[in-house]
Amino acid sequence: MKFKPLLILVVLIFALCMVPFVLPAYYVTLVLPAIAYGIALIGFNLLFGYTGLLSFGHALYIALGAYTVAIFTSRLGITSMELNILAAVLCSMVIAIPIGLLCVRYVRIFFGMLTLAFGMLFHSFLFKFYELTGGDSGIKVIRPHLFGQDLSHLDKTAYLIGPFFYYSLFLLLIFGFIMWRMVNSPLGNHLKTIRDNPRKAEYLGVKVHQFRLISFVISAMYGAVGGALLVVPVGLADPELAYWTHSGNIVFMTILGGFNHFFGPIVGAFAFIGLKDQLVTLTQYWRFALGVVLVLLVILLPGGIMGLLSKKNSPNRGGD
Amino acid sequence: MSPLLEAIDVSKNYGSFSALKNVSLEFFENETVAIVGPNGAGKTTFVNVLTGLLKPTQGEVIFLGQSIAGVGPVKLSQYGMARAFQLVQIFPQLTVQETIVAAVISQKKKQYDFWSRSLNDKELVDRALEVANIFKLGKKMNWQASYLSQGEKKLLDIASAFALSPQVILLDEPTSGISTADKRGIMDTLMSAAKLAGIKAMLLVEHDMELVAEYSTRIVALAEGKLLADLPPKEFFASEELQAKIIGKKVHHA
Repeated sequence: MKFKPLLILVVLIFALCMVPFVLPAYYVTLVLPAIAYGIALIGFNLLFGYTGLLSFGHALYIALGAYTVAIFTSRLGITSMELNILAAVLCSMVIAIPIGLLCVRYVRIFFGMLTLAFGMLFHSFLFKFYELTGGDSGIKVIRPHLFGQDLSHLDKTAYLIGPFFYYSLFLLLIFGFIMWRMVNSPLGNHLKTIRDNPRKAEYLGVKVHQFRLISFVISAMYGAVGGALLVVPVGLADPELAYWTHSGNIVFMTILGGFNHFFGPIVGAFAFIGLKDQLVTLTQYWRFALGVVLVLLVILLPGGIMGLLSKKNSPNRGGD
Repeated sequence: MSPLLEAIDVSKNYGSFSALKNVSLEFFENETVAIVGPNGAGKTTFVNVLTGLLKPTQGEVIFLGQSIAGVGPVKLSQYGMARAFQLVQIFPQLTVQETIVAAVISQKKKQYDFWSRSLNDKELVDRALEVANIFKLGKKMNWQASYLSQGEKKLLDIASAFALSPQVILLDEPTSGISTADKRGIMDTLMSAAKLAGIKAMLLVEHDMELVAEYSTRIVALAEGKLLADLPPKEFFASEELQAKIIGKKVHHA
């Protein structure tokens, strides 16, 4: 990364750190899901933008992370957020490996449909296995401890816009940095060859299926971390999290931000949540308005917001 | 001298149709072998069997002492054989550098390194530049592949195969889709690149008989799935009967 983008990044991170000081509490609580989605979406985009596989069932892993936190905190009494996240990551790995083994044998719409099917399977599992999942009423989430700190003396808003906000931001930076290293590593290089031309990639010694699986599992793990963070402010894990429309939102946010750009999904998460918040207060037909935005986006701005912001494609990319 | 690559009594059937019938051939170091034949002669099947993409119904394919029958492309590249296709195969969104680096990563077995920056790794980048320079792409390392000219795309395609440092390379019509004027340029680049890259033997599937005559050291002709001839170019082009069978008409060779 060159100097200028790095400077912009530092300024943006600083601005995010200042959010609780300058914005009213309500807007700070809006940033929380944006951060959670930001983590889930950079994982999703490893699969979509970098490996070329569009999953329509990614909400499964967000729900998995959310339910892990719900079960751990309210059923098992394990309130350490770090342990919860670790458990969510392991859980998503265990689930994503067999699903991935099957799904990565397919591409394009077949991959999309299979992931959608698994997402819906998980949704009905959450509905039907009442004993474990609480059925349609879901499971409550007890406020987790952060870095071993019991913060129950704070009221809910103070907890969310204070410690939890910085905790989420910290995780976004950590997971964002890890992902940045991964997409620029030899692993990331091979994933991009798979996206662009899997047949040619194989002849260059790229283990296409294995690397698709690696990408699938990593993206699931990011999804679970995002889900774990997403559910804390809400306080409830419910089956809607795994519903296919939620998977659709994940795809929408990523396209809105721009899947060709590393930061696109994070920008998309913030834009989507801001947009939805504004539209909901403006009109009861906010879903319709969001649909219009999606249509306009695909037609006028296929590169998403980041596509608009970053300079136009030139033959010489100057090693970005 | 033991052969680098050997097909032993290879047959391939698709149902009741046999595309390849008892073909035995050996390929040695320092050879540039042209594989010729009319459409439907079994050339494609033969090279697919030779490169381990298809498992022969009968027979064996031995490369550097080990069987490679049906091993698939990834193993093939590890064993030291590379292949480039008739239709240009590139990664449209990757730069020239990223494309060649991808092959070098495989060759150096660094693909599981998820932490280092692939374009900061001197070993990878230097090797990529070295290969790119052989193909005169060194000045376009940061160009996105989709913006290259057709000829450059073809060179990039082949360059990435060379970057695997293979011992044997199979090129399927390397000059197809290239204007007649550029064909020689590409072939010359290829031949000198092969020398520079230390490639021991080259197999060419080629329709253009003039190129075959000029660049190959041996010609293997297939017809109806059988081996029709295995001759040096001089003797091959001396036989009008052979040429008539392969090309379907008389060719007056310059």
